[in-house]
Amino acid sequence: MQKPSGLGRVKFIVGGLLILAAVIYLIASSTQASAEYFMTVDELNAKGSNVIGRDLRVSGAVIGSTIQYDPQTLNLSFEVANVPGDNKEIEAQGGLAAVLHQAVIDPNRSHLQVNYNGPKPDLLRDEAQAIMTGHLGEDGIFYVDELLLKCPTKYEEAVPQQVNGG
Amino acid sequence: MIADFGFGVIVMTFLLALFSVGTAVYGALAKSYRGAESARRAMLLTFPLITISAFTLIYLLATSHYELKYVYSVTSNSMPMYLKITALWGGQAGSLLFWSWLMSAFASAVTLRKWERDREFLPWVIVVSSVTLAFFLALTIFFENPFARWWQTASGEVAAMFRPAGATLLTPSDGMGLNPLLRHPGMIIHPPMLYLGFVSFVIPYAFAIAALVTGRTDDRWIRLTRRWTLVAWLFLSLGLVLGARWAYDVLGWGGYWGWDPVEIAAFMPWLTGTAFLHSVMIQEKRGMLKQWNMLLIILTYDLVIFGTFLTRSGVLSSVHAFAQSAIGPLFFAFIGLTLISSVSLLVYRWNDLKAEVEMKSMLSREALFLLNNLLFMGVLIVCFWGVIFPLISELVTNQKVTVGPPFYERATAPLFGALMLLMGVAPLSAWGHSTFKTLGRAVWKPALVAALVGIGIFAAGIHNVVALIGFGLVALVILVTLYEFWRGGNARHRTTGENFFLALWRLAGRNRRRYGGYLIHISMVLMAIGILGMQVFQTETQGTIPQGGSLALAGYTVKFDSVAQFDSAGGRNVTRAVVSVYKGDQYLGDLHPRRDYFYESGQPMTLPGVRSTLADDLYVILVDWQPISAIGATFKVYHNPLVNWLWIGSLVFIFGTLVAAWPNKDVES
Repeated sequence: MQKPSGLGRVKFIVGGLLILAAVIYLIASSTQASAEYFMTVDELNAKGSNVIGRDLRVSGAVIGSTIQYDPQTLNLSFEVANVPGDNKEIEAQGGLAAVLHQAVIDPNRSHLQVNYNGPKPDLLRDEAQAIMTGHLGEDGIFYVDELLLKCPTKYEEAVPQQVNGG
Repeated sequence: MIADFGFGVIVMTFLLALFSVGTAVYGALAKSYRGAESARRAMLLTFPLITISAFTLIYLLATSHYELKYVYSVTSNSMPMYLKITALWGGQAGSLLFWSWLMSAFASAVTLRKWERDREFLPWVIVVSSVTLAFFLALTIFFENPFARWWQTASGEVAAMFRPAGATLLTPSDGMGLNPLLRHPGMIIHPPMLYLGFVSFVIPYAFAIAALVTGRTDDRWIRLTRRWTLVAWLFLSLGLVLGARWAYDVLGWGGYWGWDPVEIAAFMPWLTGTAFLHSVMIQEKRGMLKQWNMLLIILTYDLVIFGTFLTRSGVLSSVHAFAQSAIGPLFFAFIGLTLISSVSLLVYRWNDLKAEVEMKSMLSREALFLLNNLLFMGVLIVCFWGVIFPLISELVTNQKVTVGPPFYERATAPLFGALMLLMGVAPLSAWGHSTFKTLGRAVWKPALVAALVGIGIFAAGIHNVVALIGFGLVALVILVTLYEFWRGGNARHRTTGENFFLALWRLAGRNRRRYGGYLIHISMVLMAIGILGMQVFQTETQGTIPQGGSLALAGYTVKFDSVAQFDSAGGRNVTRAVVSVYKGDQYLGDLHPRRDYFYESGQPMTLPGVRSTLADDLYVILVDWQPISAIGATFKVYHNPLVNWLWIGSLVFIFGTLVAAWPNKDVES
């Protein structure tokens, strides 16, 4: 086996470090450029103008009576009510369905006005959870680029409904 | 009763796997041939046993035994037979059993080979395979039992294997059915392919560990598992491509890859596996990078387990993940344990794995291979960072922050570009020593032609920098690779007098790995054409149009003719629109975008109407409709240039990998 010579090694170590630096730079700059901050409606209202224009991901409970949709222009607007962001907290309050229901009927919850341009999703209905990616406008309306909806369906409650008996 | 039988067989198999671990360790330590042999027999028995258990579950699925929680949750009366059977891997519990089944099949296959020269490896290969198998069987037995049944107790319904005191068996009249999104041919073969890829990577890992334990750290273990690795890689790649195709055909968002954590979880072992496939060649040819290869295969194994864990634990929210379950911490513990013990072994043998020669030239073939490996690791780090970033940021700043597809695209694009450049340059560099001068002399001609291609594309009116660089690199790789084929074939043609194509055929036959590898390079850049087309040139439009109205996009006109609604097999209500597609004034044909609504689950599924050519896809989605009003229907239309090359590249890829993996007659392996 040959002994590695000093200069040869240094060359490769420097090369490797350069690649590592490049990768770290790529990660750091891309993280900066495309980080999305998770916020609840409460947090968003508290931060207010500080986060205008930033990429945010906000989740809230859809209030059915506020849904307005114009199929001609595909303009969709609705309000969401604050729900806790933490899964454990949601579980502690009786699961997602209960939390969403509470959020919608509670008049003291903080609300957020949402605007979206695009076809109205099937799952957009009262007491659905909206997970919205977008930014807060100067007018206090949240402009959504990507709208995800979750409805606590029977997929999550795995207990049989109809039973013949056994 | 049948369920008890299936469960009993799993328990037996689990005990057998433990027995096989024990006897294998004893056989190895006591140098007892009989110990190793009984471990091997035990290992061989696990496969028929799990087969019996899996068929028991398949039988229960096919005959709709809804008193089983698993059968209840993944099948329903309206599902056709083939879907009931493939529901074996439609949910968590079943897919873990399926994993074990594949694992035992591969482990049995490997223990059946002739071991003469490699007898000392055998017990340790069995140990690693059996430990892995036992882990998955334990999960099945203790946490995710597909044979658990519904019981009615005084306090409500529970799922359990055995009858709780005072409970009666519940037999629901219908099941919930498989998630409709998964009822698609692509989804039926995508998980098995991915699993085959995952599981077959266990075999090279097992040999690597055997080599570390026994101290036989030459490249024997690599030669023995070369084909396993290629097959694993083929299946994993196919799994990824099929998943992409499924997303494109069924999810109706116009794309094929969303950088979802679960997609990334399957992609990460592919990255280390690809790096491994390259770097083992350096060890075989030059006796270098031995420690690195060990590290790569250990990483690949643990990323495989991590991938299974991510898809199965629900730790990260994702469209793929099944519901949250108790097995997360166990996976974590298993990964930690195997990682620590493997790396400790590696450190213990570190000095035995020193390189035999020193790497001298920065431009030599081996240095470029090393660079290729570092770039793959770079992509891996980007992916890993993206997946764990939300967890880290929440820990550190108490603020949950995620990164989406733009992060991955931005951070990986230069790395993928560099990898393409390497594909173009490395085949021309020499082993041992290359300089700028020698390499430059080989590269300048194809590089010039590639640059001309770039200029041509620019002149044709495409001024996007990413596209220009990307297509230039594609041209470089194709030129260099074809040149390599031509050079090899021509040289043989001149020395043997065979005609050029025969010479090429025979040459490739003697160097299957090399020429198969080149075909794979071509397939990768063909795929790159499709990816570039989608990334850079995809356009979309949407609108609500009345009957007879139209939408225009990228020179196409989509005219809305009619929409109809009807019930169809499988418990679905289909809304199907007919649109006609024109380019200018020329009528090209009809498309039928549709929306299927599943009564049982209340879930819709969007199937696009796609007109696909080599140049572009026109992809029409029916978003919404008003049956009896003048408003009409809402469509979303995507223009996806060049995307077909992604699928064409995949076919070339399969062919290339088969060429590379095809057994050589003259070489013992």
